[in-house]
Amino acid sequence: MEEKRQRESYGLWTWIGLAVLTLAAMLIAVCVGSVSIPVGECLRVFRDALTGTEASDPGTASILLAVRLPRVLCVALSGAALSVCGAAMQGLLKNPLADGSTLGISSGASLGAALAIAFGFQLPQLPFSGSMILAALFAFGSLILILSLSYMLDSSFSTNTIILMGIVYSMFVSSILSLVVTFAPDKLKQITFWTMGSLEGSSYQNALVLFVMLAVCGTVLIRLAEELNAFAIGEENAMNVGVNVKRVRLVILVTVSLLIGTCVSIGGTIGFVGLVTPHIIRLLTGPNHRRLLPASMFGGAAFLTLADLAARTIARPLELPIGVVTSFVGAILFVLIYYKVGRTAR
Amino acid sequence: MSILCVDRLGVSFGQTPIFQDVSFELNEGDWLMMIGPNGSGKSTLVRAISGAVPYSGSISYLDGDIRRLRPGELARNIGILAQNHYVGYAFTVREVVRLGRYAYTRERGGDPEGEARIRRALELTGMDGLADKSVLHLSGGELQRVFLAQLFAQDPRVLILDEPTNHLDLIYQKQVFELVSEWRREPGRAVISVVHDLSLARAYGTQALLLYEKRALAQGSMDRVFDPKFLNTAYGMDVAAWMQTMLSQWV
Repeated sequence: MEEKRQRESYGLWTWIGLAVLTLAAMLIAVCVGSVSIPVGECLRVFRDALTGTEASDPGTASILLAVRLPRVLCVALSGAALSVCGAAMQGLLKNPLADGSTLGISSGASLGAALAIAFGFQLPQLPFSGSMILAALFAFGSLILILSLSYMLDSSFSTNTIILMGIVYSMFVSSILSLVVTFAPDKLKQITFWTMGSLEGSSYQNALVLFVMLAVCGTVLIRLAEELNAFAIGEENAMNVGVNVKRVRLVILVTVSLLIGTCVSIGGTIGFVGLVTPHIIRLLTGPNHRRLLPASMFGGAAFLTLADLAARTIARPLELPIGVVTSFVGAILFVLIYYKVGRTAR
Repeated sequence: MSILCVDRLGVSFGQTPIFQDVSFELNEGDWLMMIGPNGSGKSTLVRAISGAVPYSGSISYLDGDIRRLRPGELARNIGILAQNHYVGYAFTVREVVRLGRYAYTRERGGDPEGEARIRRALELTGMDGLADKSVLHLSGGELQRVFLAQLFAQDPRVLILDEPTNHLDLIYQKQVFELVSEWRREPGRAVISVVHDLSLARAYGTQALLLYEKRALAQGSMDRVFDPKFLNTAYGMDVAAWMQTMLSQWV
């Protein structure tokens, strides 16, 4: 029986393996770009930077440390955050089509960013700060609005009502977004770039914010893995086995929206990764959230890192919005994997 | 001693009353059979006790309002088998059954007897051979047994079963009723079940409640409730004559 119990979550070696794979993807992403840097040199630069040694080649060091590393860190952290949110939402709502955008949080956040861009709202000396702040505020405001509307319409606070309100809200928001674009046509390109997502020009501060949010919110979600299992099996069943359904759902929704809001405020709305990664991972790990949530983090980090690498190298010197790549590659990958593994494992 | 006391219970969905003014008491060792035609509100009554739908009136458990119990306490005391099960993801049988121990694992000191309870529940329901199979591959009857196993793993004091033998083969119908009948004989236990098969209800119940047109048409001892004047009104036919005709097929 002891061995059965252990199979619920992965052993240490699986985690080390996943971490190594993710780090490998990140290393490749750091090395490859408009200037390709050999892995050995790359590692030497990191070692020098960590030990405080003077860099032998300041040019390479600055590309790696000032440009690529912060970006790759942000990309990997965003990927991890979006995927774990998607996995949690798919479990909570017992709906495989759910992800962070189902709740209307990402649409709300991108509206905030679009408004900031259109009206030129920003704090002095801090470029992009306006769109970031408004995106985060709108993400949280959207959540409050959707939840209170759902609660007003249906005091039992059922999952279906929440999904419905999220979808209606997303439609409403996208109409306003179109309106904003109509009145500020000169900002169209900037707004589009935001809604398609990009992590170009990410900084270490961004990475730090993402890391802290992911650590806190990710821990909350993983600690609620058993409750998420219960929700994924059925909400009423969850209640019958003693899950505090209303409270747990609220905690999960707030956690997810905080994390999504942070991601959108830094990288715009990056579609598909939150939807597709948990699916792919679930085919490999099974639906138990004890394995699914952490594995989705690593999988999402690796996936988005490689997608971002593709976005900045495929059409060089032109950089594609990362959302284009995630949707394109993700859709194909998804169908392939679903077809191959799905037939046997489902 | 009265375990569960339901007083003037009513449920409405919006302006539409589903049933009203239902009162009953459940004592130790009782098996209350909830019967009545389709749409008479049997399942809704069960869901009201589980807290899934808002209600008027009061439900008390061991002399305290049931709404005061925390979700975990409620689950350790009252276990509910819902009528319909649909699982969207490929959880294994064991994972679903293990969820029955949820309320215990949250306790201080963890759940030392959890694994043994889960194993026992799987054996009792004949699901031990399928424990590591995905629930998506199971038939309706097997899925029903999975959730029954979850309920036994949960080990509550009161079982509330909504159509427990739905989709089940005869052998499992018999087993489930024998199992529950045995289970309720231990001190402090009682059962409420919604049962469509009147013969099964009559064979295993210690008391019954007949819902008809949004009210309790009859309640109390089996003999009283199964009086033709109530049954025939509720079901709109001569129930006893039909049952005898059916039985005569086997002679």
